[in-house]
Amino acid sequence: MTTPRQLMKGNEAICRAAIDAGCACFFGYPITPQNQIPEYLSSLMPQHGRVFVQAESELAAINMVYGAAATGVRAMTSSSSPGISLKQEGMCYLCASELPMVIVNVQRAGPGLGNIAPAQSDYFQSTRGGGHGDYRTLVLAPATVQELYDLTRDAFDLAEKYRNPVLILADAVLGQMMEPVSLTREPLPMPAPLPWGARGTRKGSRTVINSLYIIPEDLEAVNLRLAEKYAQMAREDVRYTEEIPDNAEAVFVAYGSAARVCMTAMEQLEARGISTGLARPITLFPYPYEQISALANRAQHLLVVEMSLGQMVEDVRLAVEGRVPVHFYGRTGGVVPTPDEVANAMEKVIRG
Amino acid sequence: MVATTDTPNKTFARTAGLCETPMHYCAGCSHGIAHRLVAEVLEEMAVLDRAVGICPVGCAVFAYDYFNVDMLEAAHGRAPAVATGVKRACPDAVVFTYQGDGDLASIGIAEVIHAAARGERITVIFINNAVYGMTGGQMAPTTLEGMKTSTSPLGREPGLAGYPIRVSEMLATLDGATYIARQSLHSPKAIMAAKKAITKAFQVQLDGRGFSLVELLCTCPTWWGKSPKEAMDWVDEGMSPTFPVGVVLDRTL
Repeated sequence: MTTPRQLMKGNEAICRAAIDAGCACFFGYPITPQNQIPEYLSSLMPQHGRVFVQAESELAAINMVYGAAATGVRAMTSSSSPGISLKQEGMCYLCASELPMVIVNVQRAGPGLGNIAPAQSDYFQSTRGGGHGDYRTLVLAPATVQELYDLTRDAFDLAEKYRNPVLILADAVLGQMMEPVSLTREPLPMPAPLPWGARGTRKGSRTVINSLYIIPEDLEAVNLRLAEKYAQMAREDVRYTEEIPDNAEAVFVAYGSAARVCMTAMEQLEARGISTGLARPITLFPYPYEQISALANRAQHLLVVEMSLGQMVEDVRLAVEGRVPVHFYGRTGGVVPTPDEVANAMEKVIRG
Repeated sequence: MVATTDTPNKTFARTAGLCETPMHYCAGCSHGIAHRLVAEVLEEMAVLDRAVGICPVGCAVFAYDYFNVDMLEAAHGRAPAVATGVKRACPDAVVFTYQGDGDLASIGIAEVIHAAARGERITVIFINNAVYGMTGGQMAPTTLEGMKTSTSPLGREPGLAGYPIRVSEMLATLDGATYIARQSLHSPKAIMAAKKAITKAFQVQLDGRGFSLVELLCTCPTWWGKSPKEAMDWVDEGMSPTFPVGVVLDRTL
């Protein structure tokens, strides 16, 4: 049997995955560079008998997701950095109310209005909660269009496993690029609504979806229960990949588009007679601390490369606890580092 | 009110639409009446088991403890967006929001306008008592000109703080709105008229005819500094001139 392979744009792969995962409702709002997602879904969702609504704002879109997810169906929204900032209030309530949903951030450069060029400067916001209170969002960081499809499909399952939002952290490069995608996984029909969904007491019980706990000890108990979910994510759902030759002198640590730049830089360094490796976190929360920690015994230097002024580098330093020098190279403001400059940065790290 | 037939002498009973939880509202506050009317209407229309309510942030923040139906708490002002998500995902649910004037007319004004413009098949119960109650009686978008509040201690001065918003009239300009009424809860007669309006609003939703909203002029004796009786009277004398009661829009006619 031949594998159905299709050339598609990153943003389109996200939409295909949402349909194939049985997503029942999508609520969006225009912002570049994710506009193809609501545009594609405004056709695809009705064609598949699903719901598409263009909301009046990101605030409204995330709260429509809150309502749809509360009924127990699969729901999604997407945006880009400034819009994601607006959605943080809703994300916080979704986490607190333990509602599963998927949110896509096709990152652009900030701060402020910034620009529409690719960046990875929403790492802190994505992995540290993003809104007020003690909570986390599970964060998946794809590096290819294939992974945009696969991880978006997985995101719906993970969201339901934990009754927690799952964030796909992409960027303008991934959203806009075209690559072949293997559609080997069977599309799912829309699943039946989850049994606790707020669809009326006719289901046999009364559902209250809420995040207000006026007694501090009650809220503390809720937060501790949420923390146990996050600990379970760390035990069961860390994703990480690496390509580290035995003779590697140093290792790049990068995720998403920056990891792809590093792969080309590795080839250039190989041509210069320097062997290097790449460690690529796929889940940014839960973070692969153990795997990164182990690098301290396997490399003389770690070079973290990000399209930011250095955000994930803090997690790498937390992981290795000073046992290996952690260097950083990043470009910001929407500038994508070239393989050349990344290779030069690594050569400088190794040669001193 | 609901007449029950379980015992011959019983002429008044708690509606099945309300939980037995004692309400936390102040003496003389209209929320209890408004809750009861909504619950009775849902019971009389036999839709309690497919009703989904959305609470506001404000004095009615605990409404999920009072309405005996599936309930969602929304972030401040976002109830119409949440209701949109519920109704689109589950069209046969009977979906209502219950929002105060700060929640609906200030921070959530965009959400209610666009829900109305889209003709969402939801019902909004809008409690207008001209102040923020939960937070301590601050000026609301519906605070009357000259009215003293904790953030307009000398009285609302339009030159500084603008004018009260007539939400019902504003929303009635939208083609997506089907039924909008403003009623008052200051007297038994007014309460009966309010119940009729709430019934009509839910009927519009059940018939799939579009967006419906009932604005209820309510008391806040605590922050108005009035006794319950004085507050009830002031709804009629003080608020009605700015917020005239009656059917504001009815596209079913």
